[in-house]
Amino acid sequence: MSERIIDPATKGWAASWYEASARARIDGLLDTGSFREVIGPEQRRMSPHLPLFDLPRAFDDGMIVGSGRLDGQPVLVAAQEGRFMGGAFGEVHGAKLVGLLRAALALKPAAVLILFDTGGVRLQEANAGETAIAEVMRAITQLRAAGVPVIGLIGGRAGAYGGGGLIAATCSRLVVSEGGRISVSGPEVIETNKGAEEFDSRDRALVWRTMGGKHRRLTGGADAYADDTVAAFRQAALDLIGRAPAFDLATLEAEQARLEQRLTRFGDCRDATEIWARLGVNDPEAVPALTTADFDALLARLGETTHDAR
Amino acid sequence: MTLAEILASLFPEGHSVTVADGLVNGEGPFRGGRLAVIGIDGDTALGVDGACRLAGHVLDVVRRGDATPILVAIDSDSQRMSRRDELLGLNEYLAHLAKTLLLADAKGHPTVGLIYGHSAAGAFIATALATRVLVGLPGANPSVMDLPSVARVTKLPLDRLEAMAKDTPVFAPGLDNMVRTGAVQAVLDPDQPLAEQIAAVIDALPAEDTRDRAGRERGGRPVAEAIAAQVVREAAFG
Amino acid sequence: MEKLSFRHTTQNALAGAKAQAITGVVASGNLEVLLERALPATECTVEIETPIRGYGEVWAAVVADFVARAQPGGLRITINDGGARPDTVSLRLLQGARLMEV
Repeated sequence: MSERIIDPATKGWAASWYEASARARIDGLLDTGSFREVIGPEQRRMSPHLPLFDLPRAFDDGMIVGSGRLDGQPVLVAAQEGRFMGGAFGEVHGAKLVGLLRAALALKPAAVLILFDTGGVRLQEANAGETAIAEVMRAITQLRAAGVPVIGLIGGRAGAYGGGGLIAATCSRLVVSEGGRISVSGPEVIETNKGAEEFDSRDRALVWRTMGGKHRRLTGGADAYADDTVAAFRQAALDLIGRAPAFDLATLEAEQARLEQRLTRFGDCRDATEIWARLGVNDPEAVPALTTADFDALLARLGETTHDAR
Repeated sequence: MTLAEILASLFPEGHSVTVADGLVNGEGPFRGGRLAVIGIDGDTALGVDGACRLAGHVLDVVRRGDATPILVAIDSDSQRMSRRDELLGLNEYLAHLAKTLLLADAKGHPTVGLIYGHSAAGAFIATALATRVLVGLPGANPSVMDLPSVARVTKLPLDRLEAMAKDTPVFAPGLDNMVRTGAVQAVLDPDQPLAEQIAAVIDALPAEDTRDRAGRERGGRPVAEAIAAQVVREAAFG
Repeated sequence: MEKLSFRHTTQNALAGAKAQAITGVVASGNLEVLLERALPATECTVEIETPIRGYGEVWAAVVADFVARAQPGGLRITINDGGARPDTVSLRLLQGARLMEV
């Protein structure tokens, strides 16, 4: 068993976003002591369905929602626990996020922060999870149209897969770290359905450069690249709140043009390194090992990867 | 019903809807105006290229500035599962398509999903589930995953899953279960003209997202509505 | 799922005033422990839900050892187990009690 038993009272343990629990991420992200959870674990609003499958439940169903402050500004926050059922969307899990987004329409917070850590839909509650994802996407666009930025933070062990990837791309802005993968079909799903020649899920380097944070940031699939620390995610979220694109026809026309251009420019590429080379990266093979500072310098040179077309 | 039968029933006077590479696009006369149709036919998987083209069609309708209703007719596979699609950012393309439909809705275009065949996972979320109201036709078969695959992943025997599926709509594939979950509002009658039935659906569009309420009333999602409502009630700034 | 329930009497109440704490995550080989100050000062209950059947005696021993060491009087403790080993359970329980003493 590799999971460490860590005392949250000791400092420094939460430094890694990837390693931290959902609760620890929230605590480190928000102003100290400002988080107010809604439907906390003591209410025991657990999945009504998992017992049918003889599976253990979690008190919060792997989704923690509530309000707090980010540098003094009122924000609503939702965090998925990627270690419970892979952070997957079940009925309660999804409904808590739907409720938070609906609450935001009336509360008008400075932002809603979604801390993604999900493999997608929870198969044991698949219809409820899938429907909740559709409800979440509708609610996010309504919020954005009302002028509330929705910021996604992606750097957890489960990434943002399946419907989680679709929700992520519905947000106003996305922060991603090296470990944060964004994708619809996961490596194992592609391999199972199409064979190892199509995608070798054991080739971790291939997984990172096809779905990982650097590739998504380089191609405009994310807006900020953060070190794998809670502090870096906090700073990136703060930076993005004031720069959220509107949700209107102009934005979606710009996104249409951006996505069409991507197909035209990179549609025949087999590997991410080919895309990076065409973007103007001099040494694509070196990208995976770049430090955050060097990667940010590279992004600044490329310019075009930063946009408002989301 | 086949797509051709659906279109004939919707547009007895004829239409301009065509299918290319499994992608449906066009329009026909409807209540003195037009009904735009996009969709996926023939159990086709939805990848980056198809999602981009469909989104372009939706934006063309929105750009006209009227309130033309949009029908999203779906008989698709799941999202296309390939290295190329994920390399190019399939999540952005599928979300973009959903966003164009949600924008159309916000700008006054009634959006109605019509599932008449299969659909699953990302393709379902990006199309039929991104409309204001989704209806189905008998024989439609939406699913997240088929039961044999669920059996593999959950390591439960298939016969036990099949037995559970009978009274547990929350996980089992099929149109009836998506009706009980609240995702599909109603099942239309293939023997009656679809034009009138779609018109009635448009006339009765709910003002807000009522899928979780339907899920509670129909027993497919027993707690979602109450959970979401509790968060709305209790979320506050101290 | 197997449900287990233990009730113990302690010599004194657990120190501190924190009303509730949660630690751990329901995952393979792990567990979550919810602690609530909800009982009279010298009582402690531990309720467990576990997918691994037939280990009631091991749980009883781990819980008794924890109660003797931590004297968690006043606590209602509820556990969602994901199949944790006894040493992990012990550590989580002690960690939870420490969180309540803050």
